[in-house]
Amino acid sequence: MELKLGDYKTEVHNDWCPGCGDFGIVNAIQMSLAEMQIPRHKAAIFSGIGCSGKTSHFINVNGVHTLHGRVLTFAQGAKLTNPDLTVIAAGGDGDGLGIGAGHFVAAGRRNLDLTYIIFNNGVYGLTKGQASPTLKLGEKTKSLPSPNTNYSVNPIGLAIASGFTFVARSYAYDVRHLKDTITAAVKHKGLSFIDVLQPCPTYNDINTRDWYAGMDEVTKVTKPRIYKLNETDYDPVVHYDEENELNQKLTQALIKSLEWGDKIPIGIFYKNEIISQYDKRITDKIPNYLENPPASQTISENGNPSTDISEILNSLSV
Amino acid sequence: MSTDISWLIGGPQGSGVESAANIFSKACASMGYHIFGKREFYSNIKGEHSYFTVRVSDSIIRSNVDNVTLMVAFDAETIFRHYSEIIQNGAIIYDSDLVQTSADEVHTIDAPYKSRLAKHLGPKPTIQNALDFAKNNGAKLYPISFKTILSNMADETNNPRIKGMARMYNVLGVSVSLGILKMPPKTLLDAIGSIFAKKQAIADLNKNAATYSYNYATAKFPDFAFTLNPTSKSQNTILVQGYQGTALGKMACGCRFQPYYPITPASDESVFLESNEIVNVKDDRPGSTIVVQTEDEISAIGMTIGGALTGTRSATCTSGPGFSLMAEALGWAGINEVPIVVTLYQRSGPSTGLPTRHGQDDLLFAIHAGHGEFPKIVYASGDVEESFYDTARCFNYSEQYQLPVIHMMDKFLASSVVTCKRFDVDKIKINRGKLLEKLEPGANYKRFAFTDDNLSPRSKLGLENGIFWNTGDESDEAGHITEDPEMRIKMMDKRQSKLDYVLKTIPDDEQAVSFGIEEISIISWGSPKGPILDAIDLLKKENIKIGFIQVKLLHPFPKDRLGYLFKNVKTIIDVESNHVGQLGELIKQNLQRTPNYYILKYTGRTMTSTEIYDSIKNIIANKAKARQVLTHGA
Repeated sequence: MELKLGDYKTEVHNDWCPGCGDFGIVNAIQMSLAEMQIPRHKAAIFSGIGCSGKTSHFINVNGVHTLHGRVLTFAQGAKLTNPDLTVIAAGGDGDGLGIGAGHFVAAGRRNLDLTYIIFNNGVYGLTKGQASPTLKLGEKTKSLPSPNTNYSVNPIGLAIASGFTFVARSYAYDVRHLKDTITAAVKHKGLSFIDVLQPCPTYNDINTRDWYAGMDEVTKVTKPRIYKLNETDYDPVVHYDEENELNQKLTQALIKSLEWGDKIPIGIFYKNEIISQYDKRITDKIPNYLENPPASQTISENGNPSTDISEILNSLSV
Repeated sequence: MSTDISWLIGGPQGSGVESAANIFSKACASMGYHIFGKREFYSNIKGEHSYFTVRVSDSIIRSNVDNVTLMVAFDAETIFRHYSEIIQNGAIIYDSDLVQTSADEVHTIDAPYKSRLAKHLGPKPTIQNALDFAKNNGAKLYPISFKTILSNMADETNNPRIKGMARMYNVLGVSVSLGILKMPPKTLLDAIGSIFAKKQAIADLNKNAATYSYNYATAKFPDFAFTLNPTSKSQNTILVQGYQGTALGKMACGCRFQPYYPITPASDESVFLESNEIVNVKDDRPGSTIVVQTEDEISAIGMTIGGALTGTRSATCTSGPGFSLMAEALGWAGINEVPIVVTLYQRSGPSTGLPTRHGQDDLLFAIHAGHGEFPKIVYASGDVEESFYDTARCFNYSEQYQLPVIHMMDKFLASSVVTCKRFDVDKIKINRGKLLEKLEPGANYKRFAFTDDNLSPRSKLGLENGIFWNTGDESDEAGHITEDPEMRIKMMDKRQSKLDYVLKTIPDDEQAVSFGIEEISIISWGSPKGPILDAIDLLKKENIKIGFIQVKLLHPFPKDRLGYLFKNVKTIIDVESNHVGQLGELIKQNLQRTPNYYILKYTGRTMTSTEIYDSIKNIIANKAKARQVLTHGA
């Protein structure tokens, strides 16, 4: 039976602020799951803490609302033990790039087959608008007592440097683009990352919906700032296993990620399916890992252990 | 006459002390002896003083003693550190080239110890002074030039390469020891063969060196008072490294996922699991344990929880500093009723503390780890053999009661090498509690459904019709966030009721073990068990009867069980390796009794049975302060 978009929605009351970019992201995730027809029990949404952390409650698949900064750790544990799951991790920019930055980098090194979506709004909304790691140096959003004193982290650049093999950006108010990006990310074989520009209507009065649309009063820009990489001749894919090819694609992605201000690219910055996925690295050591992963293994029969450790015990015998 | 000797080998870290001890232990164990060995080392890779003490006996032993029967010293520091421990008629095998070395020349000896040496041996002490001291105490001196032995061997075998092989000193040391102890040479060669089983050329070279030095020793030092003849061998004995108890327990009871971050003394367990990651399964294809080295301990416990959510038995293994980082996630596992096991190999804190030394500092921390109120179990093993079976119990508890279990181990257990009965997998039962394997369509599954026993059927990620939600927020039955006051009461009551349920349903002898109750009884937990039992045996020979209760379930605290056991005890002696007497605090809190005496050790060194014996004698003679602090060990 075909699953409909409505099947992926829960009835949980949504308490995000009116006009919040998060709505677009939840919709896009639901649309993408419906498009891919992923059985509900085989999908798991892991979320961090903050407004974005509530995401998992609104989607009618397994939902694990974890700890601040730790979403990737939980998500990787589930994927490693049950590789059959479609795992999507979601969290805020403070969650993933501030308190959770170490896990972000380490996850890149592993390259497990899962998707991580960061809701990037430049502020800590749920604690009343402090600066997040992506807020630009010197910017003063509404509730900051003084301008931001920290340089901003570059999420795309950090993902590329850390080893993510699919790195993209999308925009919360372009739900179709976001849905397509999520689908591409989930289908990617390896760890995918989507930096979603997500205006916070309550606390970020700089990077507003109007600002992204190029209609803000501050800069007098009149064209949309956002443009799509796939409408240019930009090619994000690493096509063959050669150092020059890899370096060229990494460098162009990094340079592209630095574009900001009047022109902001969205789309896929980098995609590399040549680097081995983590499960391949496991099957190199444990050949039947994918057919018989931890979650499916028989460990007991009628309450008695099925594991036979006699070989090891023999080697210890005196 | 019964045999009970204590052999010590010491040298700079990285000089092969450990493999020497393994060969010695293996040889003695294969002759039928009981072994109790322990390793002491600095937080250092190469150069600092490390040593291994192996006690060998023809009766059951569970601890080390203060005194040394035979010592092998590759370097001056070993002699300076241990010369006063040699018993009458014992001996020191030492490198004859070291005799003139003064303590000042040994740069790894720290200032406080140098000044203690000077007090004991006189100003500017040399090795000769230390050896003289031992000799005056009745020890024999067996000088050997390791260099000359290698050089002679090189000449005789026409293999000049051997001359410079200082890394063979360790095998020379063991072989000379066994020659002096008149052990049959075949046992030695077999032990070397099995230790170097995977490296044939190295095994052969070492066997040659062993034979040469063994013969040298039997010819030159035939007069040693102690010998090791074959003794009656008990069946089904294994020689096991401390950390292998929990590792093999995990394998046997079906733990299939262990993320960890490297930390002494816990990592050996994870490395062993990874070295044996493919596991044999009866009548089935092989299984596997996925061991992941994570970026930190926060990730380790986060992944462990993620693994447990898929229905995989999952654990992590750490020590104090890492456990500190896990506290927040522990609460998440508590509120979401996730069964995980944290194996906590304690060491001496606080902070980095004595990073390679022993301690039982973290009992109260383990009990209280994590903010907020949530149920957990803290369970402690007293020896290596027990830790195998307890590991399986911990997994069962975690799944039966759906909560995190902290399995308390420590450095003493981790780095001891012991003989014990072969682990019997048939004695392990696996109880997965209310884990669901199947759900019908339309089941309207709710992860935290209220039930009579307050335990909800547990789904797993990937189970058809069993979709569920978790959150670190308070939640309703479905697992969605709630801040409703009435739901909060119901959910808190549901979770907290497990603590009573645990006490009601875990059998008495799994809560606390009685080794006899007397007017004077010891209470303790964890690794002091062995030294305590050996001390009690010694006292028994003098017709002094001391009771002993080993507490295994430390949280929730088995106060009914202990209240019953201690009903007629007049004098309680609390024995622990920490400063506070942490179990003593729990006794005060729960039994409204204050231990009459404390025997505590917090030097980072392990307790010996000698120390406990002496302390109890003091108590009996009414010469003891309420608090005796033990100090033995370099």
